[in-house]
Amino acid sequence: MSFDIGNPSIGLVFWTAVAFLLLLVLLRKFAWKPIMEAIGEREKSIEDALASAEKAKDEMARLTNENEQLLKAARAERDIILKEAKELKDQIVADAKVTAQTEGAKLIEQARKEIDDQKKRALAEVKNQVSSLSLEIARKVLQKEFEDGQKQEALVADLLKDVKLN
Amino acid sequence: MDFRHFFDSKKISFLAIFAVLATFSVTNSAKAAVADTAASVSHEAHGEEEFEPTKMIMEHISDAHDWHLWGHTSIPLPVILYTDKGIEVFLSSEFHHGEHDYQGKYYTYRLVDKKKIRVVGAGGEVDEAASQNVWDFSITKNVASMFLAVILLLLIFTSVAGAYKKREGKAPRGLQSFLEPIILFVRDDIARPNIGHKYARFMPLLLTIFFFIWFNNLLGLIPIFPGAANVTGNIAVTFVLAFIVLIVVNINGNKYYWKHILLPDVPWWLYPIMIPVELVGVISKPFALMIRLFANITAGHIIILSLISLIFVFKSLAIAPVSLAFVLFMNVLELLVAALQAFIFTLLTALFIGMAVEEHH
Repeated sequence: MSFDIGNPSIGLVFWTAVAFLLLLVLLRKFAWKPIMEAIGEREKSIEDALASAEKAKDEMARLTNENEQLLKAARAERDIILKEAKELKDQIVADAKVTAQTEGAKLIEQARKEIDDQKKRALAEVKNQVSSLSLEIARKVLQKEFEDGQKQEALVADLLKDVKLN
Repeated sequence: MDFRHFFDSKKISFLAIFAVLATFSVTNSAKAAVADTAASVSHEAHGEEEFEPTKMIMEHISDAHDWHLWGHTSIPLPVILYTDKGIEVFLSSEFHHGEHDYQGKYYTYRLVDKKKIRVVGAGGEVDEAASQNVWDFSITKNVASMFLAVILLLLIFTSVAGAYKKREGKAPRGLQSFLEPIILFVRDDIARPNIGHKYARFMPLLLTIFFFIWFNNLLGLIPIFPGAANVTGNIAVTFVLAFIVLIVVNINGNKYYWKHILLPDVPWWLYPIMIPVELVGVISKPFALMIRLFANITAGHIIILSLISLIFVFKSLAIAPVSLAFVLFMNVLELLVAALQAFIFTLLTALFIGMAVEEHH
């Protein structure tokens, strides 16, 4: 029975060694080295891409955070400005009111004084008129008195009637 | 040595259990099959045309000087003989399947048992003394099949390497995407966990061993011409592979490795026992590699051939469906075993290298 266990043929040993070592050398140079390098490079590039993506994400988050802070600060500032403006407005309105009131009061006072003056003057005028009229009447009465006694009496009575009407 | 990482993933542990089961079932049933057929041969050892399963099976799993195609047709292979007088080269067809002797330049040769080449003396009988001077370096069926595997490997992997260069940095495609996971498997699940950070130097060896064994296993499973040779089921082939592993492991062994062998951490009076045990261990590890691969692949071939033989042993066509169902099952199992044995051989190689280069702090 020809079985190979106890009797490995020298030819097969030789050719196996030659074939395997040749295969090892050729594949190492032309296949394994480029393949392992390419795989390694690709893995590295993927890793780098992931790392840079992570970094970009962090940067993004940082920027967003910064923006938010900025926005918050701006909002706060706006609120302060608005508040100040409102206060200022109120102040101005209040001031204006006070000024207007005092001014108005002053004007009214002035007007009142003017009116009083005018009244006084008018009254004085009236008094003058009255006095001059009275004098005129008296002179006319006296003239008539000197012309005709009867008529003088009637005149006086008439005048007196007029005076009463006045 | 830490073996835990093998069982880190469920996948691997499942594979390991399957491997053990498959190995046992294959070897056990192989023994049974061989015993059965041997028994049947002894019972029916009369008549010229009697079918002898053992003879048929042994012929199929043995090496040969021609590549059998069908019937009486076979491809002649070159015979290369290194004799004490010079080198002889001729085609194996000169022997006419062992029926004729061939008159060479220096001797007359005869093919004995279809594979042994012997010198024929002047009287017409085999001259064993002269045969001692003739070394057979023929391109046999196994060598031719192995060359075919080598050419296939070279073509496939140089083209894959070209694809990496052409499509640099892009996702793999086609053959490249089929082989890349396997290459990565060898790197990430075999080399890295067992060897550690120095794994890169051993990647070419591990990848070559893995794919060489796997391709030869698969070619052996093809029942017709480009395959059918029992390359990895031949002890000479597994011997060379194991011997290369032995050399690589011991060349790369660091001082801790040699200290573990020559000055183990045991009381000095145990040295006479421990040192021989450790030295035997150096040899036995690759020896186990050699036997494991040889036995598994040969057993697989024997089982399939035995199941086919059943049809002829029973001389009944009715048995054919049953036989073929079993053959189909075994073929599928052998596809698994082909990859599994390549994996185990590579894994253990990585493990032994890892033990040799491991640093102790």
